[in-house]
Amino acid sequence: MPGITREEVAHLARLARLELKPEELEHFAGQLDDIIGAVARVSEVADQDVPPTSHPLPLTNVMRPDEVRPSLTPEQALSGAPAREQQRFKVPQILGEE
Amino acid sequence: MTTTTDLVSYEDALASYDPVMGLEVHVELGTHTKMFCGCSTALGADPNTQTCPVCLGMPGALPVVNATGVESAIKIGLALNCEIAEWCRFARKNYFYPDMPKNFQTSQYDEPIAFDGYLDVQLEDGETFRVQIERAHMEEDTGKSLHVGGATGRIHGASHSLLDYNRAGIPLIEIVTKPIEGAGERAPEVARAYVRELRELIRALGVSEARMEMGQMRCDVNLSLRPHGREKFGTRSETKNVNSLRSVERAARFEIQRHAAVLNDGGTIIQETRHFHEDTGSTTSGRVKEEAEDYRYFPEPDLVPVAPSREWVEEIRSALPELPLVRRSRLREEWGISGNDMQSILNAGALDPIVATIDAGADAASARKWWMGELARSANESGKALDELAITPVQVARVAELVTKGELNDKLARQVILGVLAGEGTPDEVVDKRGLKVVSDEGALTAAVDEAIAGNPGVADKIRGGKVAAAGALVGAVMKATRGQADAARVKELILEKLGVTEG
Repeated sequence: MPGITREEVAHLARLARLELKPEELEHFAGQLDDIIGAVARVSEVADQDVPPTSHPLPLTNVMRPDEVRPSLTPEQALSGAPAREQQRFKVPQILGEE
Repeated sequence: MTTTTDLVSYEDALASYDPVMGLEVHVELGTHTKMFCGCSTALGADPNTQTCPVCLGMPGALPVVNATGVESAIKIGLALNCEIAEWCRFARKNYFYPDMPKNFQTSQYDEPIAFDGYLDVQLEDGETFRVQIERAHMEEDTGKSLHVGGATGRIHGASHSLLDYNRAGIPLIEIVTKPIEGAGERAPEVARAYVRELRELIRALGVSEARMEMGQMRCDVNLSLRPHGREKFGTRSETKNVNSLRSVERAARFEIQRHAAVLNDGGTIIQETRHFHEDTGSTTSGRVKEEAEDYRYFPEPDLVPVAPSREWVEEIRSALPELPLVRRSRLREEWGISGNDMQSILNAGALDPIVATIDAGADAASARKWWMGELARSANESGKALDELAITPVQVARVAELVTKGELNDKLARQVILGVLAGEGTPDEVVDKRGLKVVSDEGALTAAVDEAIAGNPGVADKIRGGKVAAAGALVGAVMKATRGQADAARVKELILEKLGVTEG
């Protein structure tokens, strides 16, 4: 089982928009390594005949008819917004995208 | 901040390189509700009036799949000759961007609902090109951003952005081709023909109106070049959100020329997102593409797998409507026209207007004549598509009817059409306002005929002598006198009657 490197933690932190200090990178690398190692033990007991699962319930095809249900009012929708303008969610400048 | 890009001429680029394309098309489904919640998808609503805890990504909110969304995806898959998965899941595509309040887009990753198909497309000369389909999968649209404080709503220089989540969660089907090889110099044309055929198909299936100008269908053009004879693909660029058929063709053409210039200079193509600009027909660099792993796809734990039963799939297959390619050959036979004529109709985007005009009561020949004649000309002059003209198929059918009834001749009908296009009202209103009725008042006509005969004694004598063809000159004189408002056939009858000659 290859260890989780500092660089990998830094990459994940960037993707998750987390600002980590250098000592935290070390710290989390070790912890993540332990967690992944523990979870990886599952594959040791899971044989070819055990398919990977993403859901504990043996259900498929849970669907709803294409019928409109009431939405929130804009007041309700925006009630948790840190800032708003023109009945829209106001967010800081977006850079480096689009 | 536009950087000028040196281009190689298209011919030179093709002489050295072989283009390989991949096309990704997103289609917004026309369902009543969103993909994972019951919010309405109606257009034009006030901002943030069609949202709920699910599409706003509130903690604890649970999505439920829209059955019609799945059915539409299967329809599209079947029409594209795909296999339909017996079992597939949704996946989370993780990214931070305010257009998706959940911080992930619910999509499908390695288990698309439809895969391994193809679509035959017809090129302008009638040749058929088969485009292989990699997959079609289900996902959801993002919210709409309004960038404030910058120039003309651009993101660059904006001080902040405003988000409307009405669109977030509207069902999307993403259709991805396999690499399109072997199109050579016709690659841009193939791209355009493919998107057009796909649009026709989507409309025929009734799953979306697929109006590109309204963003209901959007195309990403991925393109790379490789030297002739080399099998390995070159590095590709991804030109995003190309939103008209013409732009798809231009974007592919531009990228071929740009790539060739970079490669000729010994440079390397960077794998990046590019933006197409309608005004200049060029593309500019966007952002460098994130690796696929960066999205950290994983199976969506809040949704159970979709496992369409084979019975359901076959039921959907048997209810598929006539597909566009089949429909076109049927209409071609019904109308008794050549393959070339049909191709011209397609190229002009006149097929649907003609069919709608026939449905509104016109005969096929008149419907074709007006749409491919006066209206095509007018569309050309104004740089519009036929279906954007200010005249409806029902109105064209009414004009055709007036001609059939003898109330208008072709010349007057043309004026009526111009009047309708100019916003003067319905065909009947234009006829009234412009006074365009055919002069069917026999008294007035007879007087005009007498006058024409008296004014042209030589011609009259020839006709009396049996030269019926000479009557054309007198008909012309009468038409002139009545300012084109006479029924030419009736005028000719009257002239021959007066001169005591019978035709043929």
